[in-house]
Amino acid sequence: MISQHLPVLQVVLPLISAPICLIIRSGKVAWAIAVMVTWAALAGALMLLAEVLRTGPISYALGGWPAPWGIEYRIDLLSAFVLVTVSAIGAIVIVFARASVAREIPSDRVYLFYVMYLLYFTGLLGIAVTGDAFNLFVFLEIASLSSYVLISLGKDRRALTASFRYLIMGTIGATFYIIGVGLMYMMTGTLNMADLASRLPGMLHLRTIEMALAFITVGLSLKLALVPLHFWLPNAYTYAPSAVSVFLAATSTKIAVYALIRTLYTVFGGAAVFAAMPIDEMLLGFGMLAMIAASVVAIFQDDVKRLLAYSSVSQVGYMVLGLSLGTAEGLSGSIVHIFNHAMMKALLFMAIGCVVYRVGAVRFHEIAGFGRRMPITAAAMLIGGLSLIGAPLTVGFVTKWMLLEAAFAKGWWPVMAVIVTSGLLALIYVWRLVELAYFRAPAPAVQVVGEAPLGMLAPLLVLAAINLVFGIDGTMTSGLALDAARALMGPAP
Amino acid sequence: MTAPLFSLFNYWLVVVLMMIGFYVVIAQGNLVKKLFGLNIFQVSVFVLYISMGKVEGGTAPIITTGDRLYTNPLPSVLILTAIVVGVATLSLGLALVVRIRDAFGTIEEDEIEAQEGEPT
Repeated sequence: MISQHLPVLQVVLPLISAPICLIIRSGKVAWAIAVMVTWAALAGALMLLAEVLRTGPISYALGGWPAPWGIEYRIDLLSAFVLVTVSAIGAIVIVFARASVAREIPSDRVYLFYVMYLLYFTGLLGIAVTGDAFNLFVFLEIASLSSYVLISLGKDRRALTASFRYLIMGTIGATFYIIGVGLMYMMTGTLNMADLASRLPGMLHLRTIEMALAFITVGLSLKLALVPLHFWLPNAYTYAPSAVSVFLAATSTKIAVYALIRTLYTVFGGAAVFAAMPIDEMLLGFGMLAMIAASVVAIFQDDVKRLLAYSSVSQVGYMVLGLSLGTAEGLSGSIVHIFNHAMMKALLFMAIGCVVYRVGAVRFHEIAGFGRRMPITAAAMLIGGLSLIGAPLTVGFVTKWMLLEAAFAKGWWPVMAVIVTSGLLALIYVWRLVELAYFRAPAPAVQVVGEAPLGMLAPLLVLAAINLVFGIDGTMTSGLALDAARALMGPAP
Repeated sequence: MTAPLFSLFNYWLVVVLMMIGFYVVIAQGNLVKKLFGLNIFQVSVFVLYISMGKVEGGTAPIITTGDRLYTNPLPSVLILTAIVVGVATLSLGLALVVRIRDAFGTIEEDEIEAQEGEPT
């Protein structure tokens, strides 16, 4: 009985528990509720994934109104994959958040942090389950509005301006998205994605539909921080509280990539729209630009969180590059990177979160030599760094390999060169982190600190293990991603 | 198609409003003015949705006896949701501006940028 309503429970559970936390006004209770909810969501997501693998896509009519009139929640392999990724990150980060938040956010505001955390979580899961284009906008805004609040909780006053800029950019992005959806509705009279997909193919040459696609692509590109629309991201990640940086870095751009894949492939039919409009070439170009330019900028940062933020911008390039190749292999590289990058960036931001907890700083000269005092944290950061480079035995390698293979299949040598170059650039900035942690004389503030508490180390080690396990044997994630990509591409022509 | 200019009057209005709003967001240095530009930008989309649902000569979609031409209610309902999102965005933005003024003592973007180099 319950399992039948799992798709909607994914959204309803965190949505209801958020105001409950608000009423209770206790940081400790709110944390306990958030732990239960996120782990329940993870269990639900895994059950949904198993169900989808067994029986194929699940369709859930919200309130009993059948699609296309009612809002349909539709869970296919891609949605289930993203659901598992997002809820796993949510469940792991909430454990980490307790100590980190207690240190960085005034105690009278801690419960508000968990309220926003749950709302953000709701938005992310909602984007993944919904099969309705307008409903996606609503969840996108739930996620965005709560993330603005989460960022503004940062200690540094620049967190406020970072949050404000993100609010302006994010709202423009979301508004562009609804303009696009509106134009599609004007021509097709429907908002259901499956229904749109069946009606759009004959209309791709119409100016209105072209404009709709342009608005949606630009809007979502703002949300996923595709170069040159990424200016909101570095400050937002840098000045947000550590736990927020972890959660945002692991999920916010990824969920926007998911929305873009959903729109381009499910709604607009992938190959057909790429043939009708040069959207794939444009995304390919900007993706490659992101991979190179953002990596170069990352090399010159002297703030670890900012360095990682620019690295995120460059990693978004990988995902956009994968989906712009227009083949099942490329798309699967993109999808698997949603999972892989979520895990590696969460690991890295969590490691720096541990350093912030002990040392209270993120700039290079203030935390130099922390590897000697915090060996476990530094080792975890090393694993995350190797993953970022794409070293074998880490999840980063799985992505690189799949993207290289996809580019090779198309015979696009320049694209392969860009992928390799970007990996080498990552090597430089990761080396700077390694050198910082191990080879520099410890800064005065570092000399007196010890390892981070167990409550923060445990989730850190879990993430490190995920990075290694799914790197050593990437067949499960890559297999799932390939199946999801094939399902999105539709039957082979 | 007797008067193409006026038959598309609503859409002209949408484009003009949208550009005014967008321009204000980009050109204004004052954070509050920026937010209101953003709001005008969003409102133009509301007009776009409501215009597309309007059926000429149609009335409100209320069940009455007899066949009556009525306007498509769905876009209006969607916009009700979008208005809520817009209000939430505006109020959150204004709340942030209040906090920014407390922290920086100004809401002019260039003056804030000048201070951002220095840590708190």
